[in-house]
Amino acid sequence: MTTVEAPRATERRQPVKPKPMQEYIEVFGNLPDEKQGRHFRYCPGCGLGIAQSAIVRAWDRIGLDPEKVVTVGGSGCYAVMGSYLTASQAHMGHGRACAMATAIKMSDPELTVITLQGDGDGMAIGAQHFVHAARRNIDITVVIFNNFVYGETGGQHGPTTPRTTMTQTSPYGMVENEFDIVNMALGAGAGYAARTTVFHAQHMVRAIEGAIRHKGFSVVEILQNCHELWGKRNGMPKATDMLAWYRDNSVTSAQAAKLEPEDVLGKFVIGTWTAPDRPEMSEEWQKLVARVQAGEVEPSKGASSKPPALQ
Amino acid sequence: MDHSLLERLQLSPDGIQIANRRLIQGNEAICEGAIAAGVHFYAGYPITPCTEIAEQMSIRQPQVGGVYLQMEDEVGSINAVMGASLTGKKAMTATAGPGISLMQDGIGWTQTDEIPSLIVNVQRAGPGLGNATRSGQMDVMQARWGPNGDREAVVLAPSSVEEAFWLTLKSVNLSERLRMGVIMLTEGLLGLMREVIDLPDFSTVPIEDRITPESHPDAGQYDGSRTEIRPFASFGTGYRSINGAWQPPGQVSNYYAGSGLSGLDAQDYNIRRLHDKVLSRRDELTFTESSETEDAEVLLIAFGTQARVARFAKDELRRQGVKAGLLRLVTLFPFPEEIVRAAAANAKQVIVPEMNLGQIRGEVSRALRMHDAEIVGVNHVDSTYIEPDEIISMVPAAARRQREGAAV
Ligand SMILES: Cc1ncc(C[n+]2csc(CCOP(=O)(O)OP(=O)(O)O)c2C)c(N)n1
Ligand code: SF4
Ligand SMILES: [Mg+2]
Repeated sequence: MTTVEAPRATERRQPVKPKPMQEYIEVFGNLPDEKQGRHFRYCPGCGLGIAQSAIVRAWDRIGLDPEKVVTVGGSGCYAVMGSYLTASQAHMGHGRACAMATAIKMSDPELTVITLQGDGDGMAIGAQHFVHAARRNIDITVVIFNNFVYGETGGQHGPTTPRTTMTQTSPYGMVENEFDIVNMALGAGAGYAARTTVFHAQHMVRAIEGAIRHKGFSVVEILQNCHELWGKRNGMPKATDMLAWYRDNSVTSAQAAKLEPEDVLGKFVIGTWTAPDRPEMSEEWQKLVARVQAGEVEPSKGASSKPPALQ
Repeated sequence: MDHSLLERLQLSPDGIQIANRRLIQGNEAICEGAIAAGVHFYAGYPITPCTEIAEQMSIRQPQVGGVYLQMEDEVGSINAVMGASLTGKKAMTATAGPGISLMQDGIGWTQTDEIPSLIVNVQRAGPGLGNATRSGQMDVMQARWGPNGDREAVVLAPSSVEEAFWLTLKSVNLSERLRMGVIMLTEGLLGLMREVIDLPDFSTVPIEDRITPESHPDAGQYDGSRTEIRPFASFGTGYRSINGAWQPPGQVSNYYAGSGLSGLDAQDYNIRRLHDKVLSRRDELTFTESSETEDAEVLLIAFGTQARVARFAKDELRRQGVKAGLLRLVTLFPFPEEIVRAAAANAKQVIVPEMNLGQIRGEVSRALRMHDAEIVGVNHVDSTYIEPDEIISMVPAAARRQREGAAV
């Protein structure tokens, strides 16, 4: 089911368009207070800043109209990102983005709906909404900022924390196993899943661009440095330490395919995986509405003599 | 069509055309009332005794060009309702029992982030899983206080199938007018009950829509008062909308605009504003029905199905020469304390029959704390309905007669 797509050398050398992308950026966010609000909330060097710029670049490449874009976010360090973007925003409960985004897309299919979620938000408290959105193949893009911890609450371990690593609540080393977000998405029915890191800035832009262009459910996992909370406890206290770590420990999916499985262990495999198209929910629903309104189908009355032809 | 019912709900009967007369189930009446009000989005998760609402909505929503979305759980459902509402659609969900408990977080968001939506709780019996197929009135205080934080809640309870239809429509109208989630608290018994009602031609019923930046004369220029209702900018309509709030071009912040406040002062202002927004409009959302309360020495206060039982008790007491009256509450919250006080002006005894252990009685006691009437409850939690005789036996004179009658 997986097809492998490594960043090609020619593409890699191409500079990202120099055009300023102001139409997408709300410089001060929507935060009201001079003293409290008008600065970037991310820690200096936090990977969220790089990830945000990749999102904006991807929008610019596609030429999205910010009036027709909605981001949906919950709680976490990443959650202020929506307020730094000019698109409309649902900024709601922790983990509920996929449920909301599904409804937004169903209600107004013209909108480009993008969730901005943390690893805790998307994979722990919001995991059920995530897998069901993937199952429905609703045309939304899920961006997961995976920093291995619950950053906002002080760096507790989460569902993507690598085994044996230290966090605020795994002080002897993490004993649980972690989720593989890409496999989880594909297993649940996503047609497009990508993994990238904040070191691989251009790959990140392309991965996001591809996800938004993909018709159907798509997910981009961005490995994002939280040197402040996770890095410090694991020997990488500076942002640059972690960027170098991503650089040195990532392999592309094409490279990984050529390696022995044990050599891939402990590496981040970056790339894009796609699966054959399945029906997309909002479109299917509109088709159903058209058929019902045209009187072509009647509701089932509870009893039928015909066994179904499964599709 | 019962005109007095419409007038009680402040719905003008003028111009409403009757389309047909049908024997219809309470749950179905809720679906039709919602569709009449313009609800074009339903999200839910199946639970007894409200599955008929899901079933009916899955048939009806495609017919009216809306969306039926069966979510993975009730948390997803309430969040989906908010998502749909943020695009400008009128949206609702229905649930019961543990489902309404799971929704509390989201319900709080509809109230504090001012996202119009209708939440129907077809109450079943019991805490926890409870008794799925049995009716109850046990979620009253949860409806008021379920979500965290200090907020107002608008909670309405119908007594009949016809009222369920119109109250659903009214609840949607109020949610749009007040820009917040409105809770309709019905009961399993009413949900499954069938009554004959006149269904109107939906194009002739009075419906309301939230104010928008276009429809609001001073769009974006909030007055900074504590009672204002702010225009709602739907996604995709050309505004940068943040949970429906928006900012005119060139203005950095909108949340506290007009108040000139920030930080904790803004927090204080916003919590009080949401409170005052509702309480300053009590006249628009307080619905009650009084019968023979003017001279009542024995006042019955009831809601939902048990108000129907209480009516029999009141009539029987009157027949026996007891000056009894009945105050039926349609609006449970904000609790109509002024009306309760007025109805109890001459009361020596106030009886509150309800299918819980005294949730509304607690509110009545609070309203009548300066009043020296005896306040008693008749309470069932075994899902059997209260018998008029049980209410009557609470009245000393009538109880004596009951005893003497038994001795003869
Ligand atoms: C229902 C609920 N539970 C808990 C919290 C507290 N909380 C806020 S942010 C957060 C963790 C966020 O972690 P993640 O999604 O990984 O984002 P990060 O901060 O790492 O960017 C938690 C648990 C909350 N806001 N809501
Ligand atoms: S705590 Fe970590 S994730 Fe949060 S802003 Fe700081 S560096 Fe970034
Ligand atoms: Mg995190």
